[in-house]
Amino acid sequence: MKANSENSQKLGFLLLFVCIIIALLALGSIIYFIASNGIKAFSWTFFTDIPRKSMTAGGVGPAIVGTLYLVLGSVLFSLPLGVITAIYLCEYSPKNFTLNLIRMSINNLAGVPSVVFGLFGLAVFVKLFGFHVSILSGSLTLGILILPGIISASYEAIIAVPQSTREASYALGATQIQTIKKVVLPAALPGILTGMILAVGRAAGETAPIMFTAVTFYSRSYPSSVMNEVMALPYHIYVLMTEGTHPEEQKLIAYGCAFILLILVLAVSSIAIYLREKQRRKYV
Amino acid sequence: MSDELRIKVENVNFFYGLKHALINVNMDIYKNMVTAMIGPSGCGKSTFIRLINRMNDLVLHATLKGKVLLDGKNIFDPDVDVVELRRKVGMVFQKPNPFPKSIFENMCYGLQIKGITDKRILYEKTENALKKAALWDEVKDRLNESALRLSGGQQQRLCIARCLVVEPEVILFDEPCASLDPISTRKIEDLIVDLKKDYTILVVTHNMQQAARISSKTAFFLLGELIEFGNTEEIFTNPKDKRTEDYVTGRFG
Repeated sequence: MKANSENSQKLGFLLLFVCIIIALLALGSIIYFIASNGIKAFSWTFFTDIPRKSMTAGGVGPAIVGTLYLVLGSVLFSLPLGVITAIYLCEYSPKNFTLNLIRMSINNLAGVPSVVFGLFGLAVFVKLFGFHVSILSGSLTLGILILPGIISASYEAIIAVPQSTREASYALGATQIQTIKKVVLPAALPGILTGMILAVGRAAGETAPIMFTAVTFYSRSYPSSVMNEVMALPYHIYVLMTEGTHPEEQKLIAYGCAFILLILVLAVSSIAIYLREKQRRKYV
Repeated sequence: MSDELRIKVENVNFFYGLKHALINVNMDIYKNMVTAMIGPSGCGKSTFIRLINRMNDLVLHATLKGKVLLDGKNIFDPDVDVVELRRKVGMVFQKPNPFPKSIFENMCYGLQIKGITDKRILYEKTENALKKAALWDEVKDRLNESALRLSGGQQQRLCIARCLVVEPEVILFDEPCASLDPISTRKIEDLIVDLKKDYTILVVTHNMQQAARISSKTAFFLLGELIEFGNTEEIFTNPKDKRTEDYVTGRFG
C-alpha cells in the first residue's frame, strides 16, 4: 500500500515536471526563433531611422515610438478608470444581483474578439467623436480592450484585503476614503500591478483594434500630437509580411520588429515587476 | 475605585435581518473599571461590544432600537460624528490585525488621519504608547520593520498601542487573547488591569477564568439576553440566576 502511494506520488511529480518542460520548451523556442532571426536586423539606424526604399531598408523608429505612445495612452486611460471601477464595485456598490450582472458583463467583455473592439473604435472614436485615425482613437480603443482585465485584477486584489484590516482602520477613526486610500489600495497594489503587466503585454501586441483607429501604412516622421496617425510595430509586421515586392528583405525587418516588440513588453513588465516586488518586500 | 457612570445602555434591541441578536439589554458601565462580557458563542456579547463604537454600522441589513448613552449623550443621535466617537472609544480585535506596514507607520496611522504630521510629535507619542503597551523595549530598535514580522502576542500589543496612541477614553477588547498562547495572554491581561486606572474598559472573553482575574463587573449573556450583571465575585460565587450558575460552573458552554 505504502509503496503504491509513493509510486503514484512520483508519477504525479513526473507528470507536472513534463508539463513544465513542455511549456518552457514552447516559450523558449519562440523566443529563440524570434531573437536569432531578429537580431540580424538590428543596427543603430534600425531603431532611429524611418523606413526607406519601399520598406526594404532604413529603420522602424516611427513604429517603435508609435507603439510606445499607444501603450502609454491606453494604460493612462484604463488604469485609473479600471481601478476606480474596481474600488466602487468592492467598497461602495450594494452586494446584489446588479453587481453580479456587472461583474459577469465585464468578464464577458474580456472574451470579445479584438477586431470587434477595432470596429467599435472606428464607429465611436473615429467617426462619432471625430477623433479621426489618431493616437487618441487608438489609445482609447486599446484602453477599452484592456479595461476588463484591469478591472478584474484590481477587483480580486482589493477584495482580498482582509475585512479585519479595514475594521482596524475604521476603529481608529478613519473615514471610508482614508481607509481606501491609505490601507486598502497600498495592500492591493501588487495585485493591481500584476493586472497592469498583463494589460501592457496585450495592448502592445494587438493589431486588430488599432488597424482602423490609429495606424498608418507608412510614415516619414515622428508623431507630434495625439491627433496624428502613427506607425505601430504589430501592424508594421503585418504589412511587411503581406505586402510589398521584396519578401526576403521585408521578412528580416519583420523579425527585427517582432524582437523589438518582445523586448519592449519585457522592459515594461520588468519595471512593473520591480515596483511590485519592492512593495511586497517592504511589508511582508 | 470611582463609581462614576460612563456608559448607560438603555433597552437595546439589535437585529441582523430577522435575527434578534440582542434582546432588551440594559447595562451601566463605570469609569476606571474593567467590565467583562461572558457567554457561549453566538450569545451576542461581541455584537454588544461592537455597538459602543458603532462598528456595527458596517453591517448590512442591521437595525437597532434603544439608546447607548456615553457621558449622557446618545451615540446613535444623528448629530454624533462617528469618526469622533471612534477616536474616543478605541477597539482591539480578536485576531491581531496590524496593517501591512512598518511598526512605526502602524503607530502613526491614527494620528496622521487626524492631520498630525510633525515627525517629532509622532515619534514621541509612538514611544509613549508603546511603553504603555509594554512593547517598547522589544521593538524600539526595529520600528521600521514590518509589523507582520512580530509574533502574535507582540502584534496584539502593537494593536493595543496603536489604539492607545490616539488617546481614547474607553477601550473595547473583543476576545483579545483568543489567538494567543498563555504567556502572551498573561501579558495582555496584566496590561488590561494596568490600563484601567486611565481608561474605561470592556472585555469580551470566552474564558471565564480570565473574566474572574481581570474584571470588576461581569455580564453574562445567553441567546441575546443579558441574564445577569453584577460584581464579578458575586457572578462567580453566588449567581442569582440558575442559567448563570450552570454556565460559570461549566455545566454548559
